[in-house]
Parts: sequence; structure tokens; C-alpha cells
Amino acid sequence: MTGSTRFGAYGGQYVPETLICALEELEQAYTTIVPSRAFQTEMEYFLKEYAGRETPLTFCRNMSRDCGCRIYLKREDLLHSGAHKLNNALGQALLAKAMGKKRIIAETGAGQHGVATAIAGAVLGLRVEVYMGVEDMERQSLNVARMEMLGARVIPVRSGSRTLKDAINEALRDWVADVENTHYLIGSVVGPHPFPALVRDFQTVIGRETRHQILEKEERLPDLLVACVGGGSNAIGMFHAFLKDDVALFGAEAGGEGIKGRHGATLCRGRPGVLHGTYSYLIQDAFGQILESHSISAGLDYPGVGPEHSFLKDEGRVTYLPVTDEEALDSFFYLSRTEGILPALESAHAVALARTLADDLDDDGILVINLSGRGDKDVAQVAALMGGRR
Amino acid sequence: MNHHVSRITELFNSRSGTLLVACTMAGDPDFVTSIRIIQEMIDAGADMIELVMPHSDPVADGPVMQEAVSRALDAGMNTDRFFSLISEIRKGSGTPLVVLTYANIVIQRGVEQFYRDAANAGVDGVAIADVPLEESGPFVAAARNARIEPILFVSRTTSNDRLEKILSAAGGFIYLVAAMGVTGTRDGISGETLVCLQEVKGRTGIPIVPGFGISGPEQIRTYAGSGADGVIVGSALVQEIAQQVKLGSDPVPKVGELVRRLKSGCIIDR
Repeated sequence: MTGSTRFGAYGGQYVPETLICALEELEQAYTTIVPSRAFQTEMEYFLKEYAGRETPLTFCRNMSRDCGCRIYLKREDLLHSGAHKLNNALGQALLAKAMGKKRIIAETGAGQHGVATAIAGAVLGLRVEVYMGVEDMERQSLNVARMEMLGARVIPVRSGSRTLKDAINEALRDWVADVENTHYLIGSVVGPHPFPALVRDFQTVIGRETRHQILEKEERLPDLLVACVGGGSNAIGMFHAFLKDDVALFGAEAGGEGIKGRHGATLCRGRPGVLHGTYSYLIQDAFGQILESHSISAGLDYPGVGPEHSFLKDEGRVTYLPVTDEEALDSFFYLSRTEGILPALESAHAVALARTLADDLDDDGILVINLSGRGDKDVAQVAALMGGRR
Repeated sequence: MNHHVSRITELFNSRSGTLLVACTMAGDPDFVTSIRIIQEMIDAGADMIELVMPHSDPVADGPVMQEAVSRALDAGMNTDRFFSLISEIRKGSGTPLVVLTYANIVIQRGVEQFYRDAANAGVDGVAIADVPLEESGPFVAAARNARIEPILFVSRTTSNDRLEKILSAAGGFIYLVAAMGVTGTRDGISGETLVCLQEVKGRTGIPIVPGFGISGPEQIRTYAGSGADGVIVGSALVQEIAQQVKLGSDPVPKVGELVRRLKSGCIIDR
């Protein structure tokens, strides 16, 4: 390996021997192809002309009045596909194509990354197969249909907890068996090096845009940034451009059923260990067996987290706080009715945390929420949860 | 380095031909049956035991091993009981015993502590499925401190410069990953794997032992003919256990039969 594979103590390459050659090849591509002018030009073209960047930074008049500060939403929900996931999917699919791979595999939880990968595969002419836990397929049937209509094959995962964690296991197993022809297009800043750095680099466009947009609108940086954290790709994408600034950064984790119940608040309540090739915080028992996470949102239902977040937590640079299912659901309705924007249940966690944090800001304080995705995919689930109540 | 000679090295030094390493999941289907299975494997002619400490997320393993993980964990296997189980086996047997597990099991016990506990229980070697050379430093050092052989993996995709480093860090034997992909029975043997076996053998005096996809005496004969110092059979044995458990039968006799059949493939004149 050419450089460090870690963020402080976190990260690394805990993978079977047979995967090392694939990681070496990917690192090589990451350090030579990605920075090249040809790749960057192609990437900019797809992000602008195809995906619809830049996305707006919307000032929320009603919510600002209600919360007593100046609130902005970074509108990744308006990106083609309906979530920030496409930034990474397009980047890695372009890279896979440049590496001469013919087939792409991906895992998906909420289905947004699967849809983004299916889209990228369709437009770039790559075969796409997506691993998805059967429990998630049920919760997110709309996205299963979308992936299939886009020409991807969805492979149901019945092992383990039948959610995102197990879909990643299956994708890694598939990749081990076919490293020469296949690229594993991982959907978050997790997995073995170089994935956490590679995925982050494709998502930092969120923070770079936000930075110049807020400087244009407010002529200063925000006081506070809030993003939801499952694996943590939208949060890293938003935070990275502000790490060296005097801006408070907050990550909203899946508090699930609350303090004594099941949850997905890996950084708030987990311990460091190894899962999916990386050393990072985990939800696990005393012996190192991974425990099942829980969240109302499939995208945050993951017992691990990206290693850079573990580093940022220990450094004290980012504060991570849990938001319960109930609080997220409440903010799903709040944003829908206050601003006319249906947030993804994942993003609703960030909205909920922002509403709490807004209490500490003055009227002219500026808070930016990364609205990582739109909530259309969650409409059926939320309707069922409400049992007829609206 | 000390002058301690492990049971593994003694075994390879004292025997010609190809050794049979029989692999099973600790605590599958339960603690007591698991001990009886291991004793039967030894009685039926297994030269070495590879005992798997189950981990909830075994990314290098196929469906057979995954199901065995579930059976073992559901039956209460954990790292404490794992070492108790090994101590029980050690009361009646001096057969070399290698542990296979995943990084997080070792890390959560404390790397040094894991190897000390393993040594105290009577373990001779430890292989960690998701620890490649790049992450092996602390594990190999702790193994050496505890006089445990650090068993490392090579495959046909291992580059030459990495192979050199692996050969100089490893102890006991080299685990040759004989099939790309996860554990599980496969028909036949890839020619590339046999080429790799011979290449690695030409570069080191450490015994080379293929594993992954080996399920019958014919395959074993081919490996033996290509110079393998041993073979590891896992999923085929675990599959037999799974079938007997499903039928409600005692898996021990069938495991013994299969070990004897596999052993017949190991006998070869060199």
C-alpha cells in the first residue's frame, strides 16, 4: 500500500487474502485514475448534466421562524435518484469502467444506493447486481421495483439479520469469488481501505457546494451543520469541507426504540472492533459477536459506521447524538407540513436533531441540515406505521 | 525466536505423505457433541484438527459454515467456552490443534490475552480468516510471544513480493486458499491452484496445506500428487454434521466414516 490505510487507529484492511489483490488494484486506480483530468472532466459532466448538480441550498422560511434561527437545507433530495448516493455511484461506476470491469455488485439497505447503482450501471453500460436483505426488500419494495425497472438484478439475502449488514457480507463473498471481472461498488464510507476514502472523495462535493453557497447567501460560514449517520457517507460528504473551520458539526444516529431498546447508534453506544474489513465503532457483545441493529429507517439500520467518523468522534471534532424512531417520524411530518418537503426517514433524523440544537442558537445563528434524500420511498411504510392516522 | 518446536512442526517433520486436517465448528451442534465429534475425527485418523471459533459475520465462509455458526452460537458458544472446550480435548489427546477465527473475536478478548489463553488451553496454531499480511503484525507478534504458530494464507492472487513477506512471517504451515471465493465443497481442482502450490513449495521449507473446496479422496490424491503437505477439509465434514442434526441422528459415526474415506486419499507413495 502506498499510503496510510487508517484514520488514526481506525480503518485498515481486514479482509481475506484473496481480496487483497482487488484492493491493491482499486487503490492504484484511486490514486492514478481519479485525479486525472480526463476522469475529473467526465465526472463533472455527469454530475452537472446528468445528475443535476449543483443542488440548491434552500432557506427554510417557516422552519426558521418556528425554530428561532436561520435554517438551510442542502437539497440532496433533489439529486437525480432522490438521494446523495448517486454522487458515489456515478464516481465508482466511472472508475470501474476505466478499470475495465464489466460487472458491478452493490449492497443496499434503504434501496437508495441500489437504485443509484442501477442508474449508474444503466447509463454507463455496466451489468448491475444488488444484494438486499429480505427484510429491507419488504420495507422498501418501491425501490426494489425501481432497481429492476432500471435493469438491475436484485439478489435477496436471507442470512443473518437479513438487512444491510448481511447484504454487505454477501457482496464481499461474491467479490472474493470474481475479483477479476467485478467491481464492488460499496455504498458508504465503510469497508476496507481504500473504500472509506474513495467514497468520501466522491461525496465531498456536498460540503464544497454548501460552503460557497452559504458564503454567497450569508457572507459567513454556518454555526452548525447537521447530518444523519448510518455508514456515514452523506455526513462525511457534508462535514469534510468544514473540518478546519469554526463550525460545530453534529451527526444524528439511529436511536431506534430509545435508551433501553434496540438501536443503530453505533458511535453513541458501541465499542471499536472489526466488521466488513474495517476497524471502527460497532454494536457488539462482550465476545465480539455483532448484534442486530434497529432503526425505523433501513438506511441507518447498520451496526457499524465509517472509520473516519470513529476518528472524528474520538478527536472530539464531531458530536454524535441519537435520535429515536419516534422523534424521526415526528420530524418527517414536521418538515413535510412546515416546508412542503417529504424527507427520507434517514434525513428526518437530522431534521429532528437540528430542531433540538436550534434552541441554543440566536435569531441570526445559521444552521444547515444535509437533507440527504427524499421521503417518497418511505411513504408506504410511514402510512402503515400511522395506521390510518394522518 | 526461541527454539521451541511446536506440535505442528514435529508432526510435519515426523511424517511423510499428505496429512489430513479435519475442520469443524466449535460448539456445533452443541458443546458436548462437538467434543465427541473432534475425538472421533482424531480416532478415525485425522492428523490435525482445525477448530473454528464462530463469528456472527464470517465473510470468508459459504452457506454450510454460516449455518454451523448459527447452530453453535445459538447453542451458547463463546470465546470463554471455546477455550474450555479445547482444554477438555487436550485432556485426552496430543493431536495438533489449530484455531481458525475472525479478527474481531481476537481483538475483543485483547490480542495478547487471546493468544495466552489459546496457549494455556493447548492450541498449537492460530489462523485468522480476515487478517492478511497487511494487518498481521500485532497478531503474529502475540502468537510468537505465546509460542503459538501464526498461520497465514496465500492464494494464486498473492503477488510475489507479498508472498516473500508472508513466508518469512508465517509459522507452522502455509494455508493455501485453493479456490477463489468462500469456503464450501467444490468439484475438481483448478489447474492454477496446483501451479501456485508448486511455486510456493519451491520457495519455502514451510509445509503447504491447501484448504477451501476440498471434499473427497480424489481431490486429496491430486493435491498429494502435487506435493501438498496436508489438506484441510471443512465444509464437507460440517455438511455431514448438519445433515445428521436435521435427521435427528447422532452425527459422530458419520463424521468418523467420512474422515476414514478422506484419509484414504492421503495415502500416497512419494
